[in-house]
Amino acid sequence: MTADSYHVVGEPIRDTKAPAGDIKDRWDTRRFEAKLVNPANRRKLSIIIVGTGLAGASAAATLGEAGYQVTSFCYQDSPRRAHSIAAQGGINAAKNYRNDGDSIYRLFYDTVKGGDFRSRESNVYRLAQTSVEIIDQCVAQGVPFAREYGGLLDNRSFGGVQVSRTFYARGQTGQQLLIGAYQALERQVAAGTVDMHTRHEMLELIIVDGKARGVIVRDMVSGEIESHFADAVVLATGGYGNVFFLSTNAMGCNVTANWRAHRKGALFANPCFTQIHPTCIPVSGDYQSKLTLMSESLRNDGRIWVPKAKGDARPAADIPEEERDYYLERIYPAFGNLVPRDIASRAAKNVCDEGRGVGPGGLGVYLDFADAIARLGLASVEAKYGNLFDMYAKITGENPYQTPMRIYPAVHYTMGGLWVDYDLQSTIPGMFVTGEANFSDHGANRLGASALMQGLADGYFVLPNTINDYLADGPFVPVDETHPAAIEAKQLVEDRIATFLAINGSRTVDSFHKELGQIMWDYCGMERTDEGLRTAIAKIRELKAEFWRDVKVSGVNEELNQTLERAGRVADFIELGELMCIDALDRRESCGGHFRAESQTEDGEAMRDDENFAYVAAWGYGGEDGKPILHKEALEYEYVEMKQRSYK
Amino acid sequence: MTGSGDTSKDMDLKLRVWRQRGPKDDGAMVEYDVPAVSPDMSFLEMLDVLNERLTLEDDDPIAFDHDCREGICGACGVVINGIAHGPEVTTTCQLHMRSFTDGDVIDIEPWRSGSFPVVKDLVVDRGSLDRIIQAGGYISAPTGTAPDAHAVPVPKDDADAAFDAATCIGCGACVAACPNGSAMLFTAAKITHLGLLPQGQPERDSRVLDMVGQHDAEGFGGCSQIGECTAVCPKGISLSTISRLNVDLLGALRSTYAK
Ligand SMILES: Cc1cc2nc3c(=O)[nH]c(=O)nc-3n(C[C@H](O)[C@H](O)[C@H](O)COP(=O)(O)OP(=O)(O)OC[C@H]3O[C@@H](n4cnc5c(N)ncnc54)[C@H](O)[C@@H]3O)c2cc1C
Ligand code: SF4
Ligand code: FES
Repeated sequence: MTADSYHVVGEPIRDTKAPAGDIKDRWDTRRFEAKLVNPANRRKLSIIIVGTGLAGASAAATLGEAGYQVTSFCYQDSPRRAHSIAAQGGINAAKNYRNDGDSIYRLFYDTVKGGDFRSRESNVYRLAQTSVEIIDQCVAQGVPFAREYGGLLDNRSFGGVQVSRTFYARGQTGQQLLIGAYQALERQVAAGTVDMHTRHEMLELIIVDGKARGVIVRDMVSGEIESHFADAVVLATGGYGNVFFLSTNAMGCNVTANWRAHRKGALFANPCFTQIHPTCIPVSGDYQSKLTLMSESLRNDGRIWVPKAKGDARPAADIPEEERDYYLERIYPAFGNLVPRDIASRAAKNVCDEGRGVGPGGLGVYLDFADAIARLGLASVEAKYGNLFDMYAKITGENPYQTPMRIYPAVHYTMGGLWVDYDLQSTIPGMFVTGEANFSDHGANRLGASALMQGLADGYFVLPNTINDYLADGPFVPVDETHPAAIEAKQLVEDRIATFLAINGSRTVDSFHKELGQIMWDYCGMERTDEGLRTAIAKIRELKAEFWRDVKVSGVNEELNQTLERAGRVADFIELGELMCIDALDRRESCGGHFRAESQTEDGEAMRDDENFAYVAAWGYGGEDGKPILHKEALEYEYVEMKQRSYK
Repeated sequence: MTGSGDTSKDMDLKLRVWRQRGPKDDGAMVEYDVPAVSPDMSFLEMLDVLNERLTLEDDDPIAFDHDCREGICGACGVVINGIAHGPEVTTTCQLHMRSFTDGDVIDIEPWRSGSFPVVKDLVVDRGSLDRIIQAGGYISAPTGTAPDAHAVPVPKDDADAAFDAATCIGCGACVAACPNGSAMLFTAAKITHLGLLPQGQPERDSRVLDMVGQHDAEGFGGCSQIGECTAVCPKGISLSTISRLNVDLLGALRSTYAK
């Protein structure tokens, strides 16, 4: 393989620090071999945790309780508002409470297969093992999961699997899990072990003697640029789906913390692995600011179809049964409407490209509950999905109990993220990355209800065991704002802000963000081609130059300035967007959510190329005008046989 | 302003918006004409479009809190024509312009409460709600100590009722709507959520005493059962949670004095 003109190839990554031995024992081995810190010494050690979503709040609560001095940051006005709050459908765990053949091995197997053999076996196995403890922990905290009449926990099934292992709290599972973690966090705030800073945005990482030792944050109310120091830094800053402008992510989700760390030396892994979720409410106009997910759980009972004939504009009710194409049930009889997300999304795109889409602009397919209502009764459908149906009705003005929902795929989740080893440590010593912000467990496609599982596994159970090993060598030499590295990092932030405010151009930040999003959607979305990606890279470079020449950021730094906040995020998204395209260009195979039109089977399914691409692409920053450096981590499968996925 | 193509239903609106530079500045209502608003827009998208225009006109865009835009994070919230979250019982972000008609004049103000100081324009500081949770709105369950999730069954009715109370998003609309500026509905939702579960029993007394104590210390007013809170609550938190809080409070006070 030769490097294309956009990147250079660096040293491969040989050691991910996963212990050797039987996969079942690796996590035990690591926990046993990791150094411990005795409780009296923990009080002398400090940890900065950026982010209070499931991954960050659970870690802060656990490490605070353990006795470390924790400082936490989030950009919202309360830690409870982190984007995890919006997760709807549920959280997986290999409890096998249904006695339907589930097991840790099966959850592991499903996740490796669902990720299309681009994740690490050791990490995924640990995730499956830990899943069981998560549910226990959450129930103990008072998370009100759905229960059956006998008082035991209820389960549902999710896409890409054939067992019922998903625990849920109506359509608000993320909310309930986050509130559990948030309450545990606030308990530590009251106990004085966690110092919580809301409305503070991390804008730089401070590295001293090669170790992550602090962060520069902006107080979003006063504009003050502050330096904070600790013995270790944890980034739990979430995913970067908003690079597409329109996504199901919260408006403030951003890549800034991760990107700043990347520029300082952290490798960014598999940036092009993004998940496009099949069931979202279609775009209604160009003022649209975000897209709303309709939980995948709806696919348990809803049937997806389009008219058989092109351009059939009759209302759904007037289209007789034999003129409807339930295309997922037809193409994938084994999994039907429950095929994994990437497959369902691409199938929707294909039928719309054929001219059989429904609704304005033909960019939609039906998700129909008529059969479910007839089979289960209205009341039972309402009990299961009521809040989702209400949300749909509010947004579209249509009643989904009477007419089928219209749905279309939208950007939802990013499997890529900062590269971490088995300990969740990045390539910068002392900087750990948890939750959606890291790349570790989902390969090229994440299964439903697995992100909540991973966020909580990382925060409650994995990081608190592995970070000790690093901290046992501390406390490290004290640093404060007079250290040259701190001064330099702060200066960098101040200069950047001054530049934004000085440009005073003619285009708004959002107009750049929308343009970037359109480029990404058109060329680095559901289908990618060599030519398209090259076009995208050229367009993004032009956009970047124009941004720094012509963006308009009004107001001043010394007050709440939401335009300034967004300018910083969009500037980083533009750079990330380019790296995503470069990564997608390098990966000349289709796998999971990454579909290269050049690599497909005769019937249009994704075709992996294991011989050439069974690796994690971990990118090093190449400098402002330099080329990114590709470090490959080879993936090996000992416990799951690599084969082309088939859901037929 | 352009919509989805069909512009026949577009509306011309006049907004009167509370503008306040910072916590210590005086504020005032400022008028803006907003033409051609599509009924399919959300209320916040309408403000986005206005803000884009203000930016290009060298005016300061209107600051407002928001994040998920799905009615779940609780970040958004303004008083619209005198009603917290506006004319529909939902969050501000889930309000759509089809709830308004051409020619409407819309007043937009921040949550008004002494315990929610204004930060800028429509943004207020709701840190007081976090501090009420800090006082006792949790179950002490250190990580790793939990028994199997099925060790303690919870009757479905209790679990469902606990869930209903737990859906509070901490938006603060109840406070903004209350003539007494009370945060009792918010506090009672948490007391109810945790108090209905077996896991919540050991700390039930201390929880209610500490949370109500913090509620009062933050300067929120007392509850006189007016019910304006539940009328605007986007999650339909019921007044019965406050009755439950009162029962718990009496019980806790009784056992404290008995000791
Ligand atoms: C609509 C929706 C539904 C979903 N449903 C499900 C589901 O049913 N099941 C499932 O498993 N997964 C689901 N997911 C995915 C899942 O919710 C997320 O992947 C997961 O919650 C991410 O958690 P996190 O803790 O990593 O990050 P987040 O929850 O995104 O938290 C990020 C935190 O970082 C902070 N932050 C970010 N940048 C900065 C910065 N620069 N400075 C300071 N702080 C910063 C934020 O304030 C926030 O506190 C869903 C996602 C969406 C969008
Ligand atoms: S009780 Fe209702 S109105 Fe009050 S904070 Fe909770 S959700 Fe908002
Ligand atoms: S923006 Fe999250 S509830 Fe409105």
